[in-house]
Amino acid sequence: MTQYIFRRLLQMIPITLGILTLVFSLIHLIPGDPAMQIAGEGARPEDVQAIRKALGLDEPLLTQYVHFLTRLAHGDLGRSFRTGSSVSAEIFTRYPATIELAFGAMFVAILVAFPLGMISAIYRNSWIDNVARFFALVGVSMPSFWFGPLLIIAFAINHTWFPVSGRDEGLRSLVLPSLTMGLALAAILTRMIRVSVAEELNQLYVTTAIAKGVTRVKAIFRHALKNAMIPVITVLALQFGSLLTGAIITEQIFSWPGLGRLLIQSITTRDYPQVQASILVIALTYILVNFISDLLYAVVDPRIKLE
Amino acid sequence: MPGIGAGGSGPTSDPPGSDTFSKREMKRLLQNFAFTSGALLTVALIFVALAAPLLAPFDPDAQDTSRRLEAPSTQHLLGLDDLGRDVLSRIVFGARVSLRVGFSVVVIGSLIGVALGAMAGYFGGAWDVTIMRICDILLAFPGILLAIALVAVLGPSLNNVILALAAINWVGYARLVRGQVLKVREMEYVTAAKALGARSPRVITRHVLPNVINPVIVMATLGLAGAILAEAALSFLGLGVQPPTPSWGAMLTSGRQYLGIANHLAIFPGAAIMLAVMGLNFLGDGLIDALDPKYRKRME
Repeated sequence: MTQYIFRRLLQMIPITLGILTLVFSLIHLIPGDPAMQIAGEGARPEDVQAIRKALGLDEPLLTQYVHFLTRLAHGDLGRSFRTGSSVSAEIFTRYPATIELAFGAMFVAILVAFPLGMISAIYRNSWIDNVARFFALVGVSMPSFWFGPLLIIAFAINHTWFPVSGRDEGLRSLVLPSLTMGLALAAILTRMIRVSVAEELNQLYVTTAIAKGVTRVKAIFRHALKNAMIPVITVLALQFGSLLTGAIITEQIFSWPGLGRLLIQSITTRDYPQVQASILVIALTYILVNFISDLLYAVVDPRIKLE
Repeated sequence: MPGIGAGGSGPTSDPPGSDTFSKREMKRLLQNFAFTSGALLTVALIFVALAAPLLAPFDPDAQDTSRRLEAPSTQHLLGLDDLGRDVLSRIVFGARVSLRVGFSVVVIGSLIGVALGAMAGYFGGAWDVTIMRICDILLAFPGILLAIALVAVLGPSLNNVILALAAINWVGYARLVRGQVLKVREMEYVTAAKALGARSPRVITRHVLPNVINPVIVMATLGLAGAILAEAALSFLGLGVQPPTPSWGAMLTSGRQYLGIANHLAIFPGAAIMLAVMGLNFLGDGLIDALDPKYRKRME
């Protein structure tokens, strides 16, 4: 296992470097003179020069890159144009809200997908299976930025059960955003569980178990389920990473004070250091989560390590 | 993976490139509920986009501020928006934006992806390593985040949205095609073509690609849905198509401000996005079901 972790860590180095380079290059992709664009039309030359200096754009590209990496190694992600304070401080205040939302969504997805996917697999081609498959297709196709407002209309405006936006009312605030974000994941998971459980139920070892007198329910829960869960766990862990990016939209719908909302606010105000830092933190978390999910996969299915 | 026109036989027995879509397969496709309903929805979407000026009851940009936020009525079937514009007409014209983005992204993405994937798989070596490492990096970066980042620096516009989405879209095709090419390049007919003196570009385009194109079609269908959804998401975040061009995502964003006062502004554009995406997802799912007997058998 240690060898496997080491190998995966080694594989992560070029990817992480690639992402750092990509984030570093972002500011240089701004058409024309980035400093001029950031300062906006009609800005005084000294302001443009100040921005150029603040971003280090007056230095050679390679020096800029080295400085970028050095500062990053010291945990310095730069200073916000808007507030003048450290961007990492703002990110760390917002980070817990995004993670909370991601967990909320995952909880909703598990709660819906497990029973639905399993029933669907056990009673294949029955009406309940058709309903579950339809739900899965609808769930995948329904954009969160539509489902969210629909939930707001139904449960925050027509029935004032939950707040329309914000994060001030604890668990009540979390319900609608979690449902919004959890639906698509629930749809993906339902399909995954259905296929996975159905495949295992077709295996000879399940038939053997039933032939030897084990009840169908026991055969499913004691034998098939364990193997069926291997791909499901991986998908679940991998999807946690996607939830972080899904949060960008959901946070916008519900004015949820997380990292995604910070990113969009920073883009609107052209606060590029904050934009860069937010993107970097989201992307690095995404890689880390995927790395952990790979390890998890290797733990539940030892064959993976051999590949 | 059987070729679209392989009629269930392996690529070795059918001369590559001369495949035709058999009647039996067409019948099987048409009997597939997901495929037919998806195809109908998709055809309807394309028809609405093409015939928008004929179908839209009003000018999508014509404003009547005295009647802003008016609820649906017999005159304005889906009501009026915050500037007194006809919502139905804007949705009809919005289909053009969605499809334009969707098709452009899929065409650009698949062309680049198929070309690079084929090169990586066929030539191997440094080509393969370089292309696949770039793919790894882009795949490690969450797609929509990269699109947001690119649009954030390039500036919000229709063309930049297409560029940003195509920049993340080609990776999937490249990986898919590379995997398929790795299998196909070992086939006897490829060796035979090489032995007869065919050059690499000819071997790739005439003998290899026709036999790996099946999954690409499925991916393109699902990719179209993904691109439409991503455009709507970017427009919803204010990073996509700029006003007054009607875009479903942007309409939803402005409608969100009037929830509880004029719900129709959020409900109808969202429904349009969902129907379009659902149609394409059904079509893609139907294609997988119909063209991949292994998958179908597994689920029966």
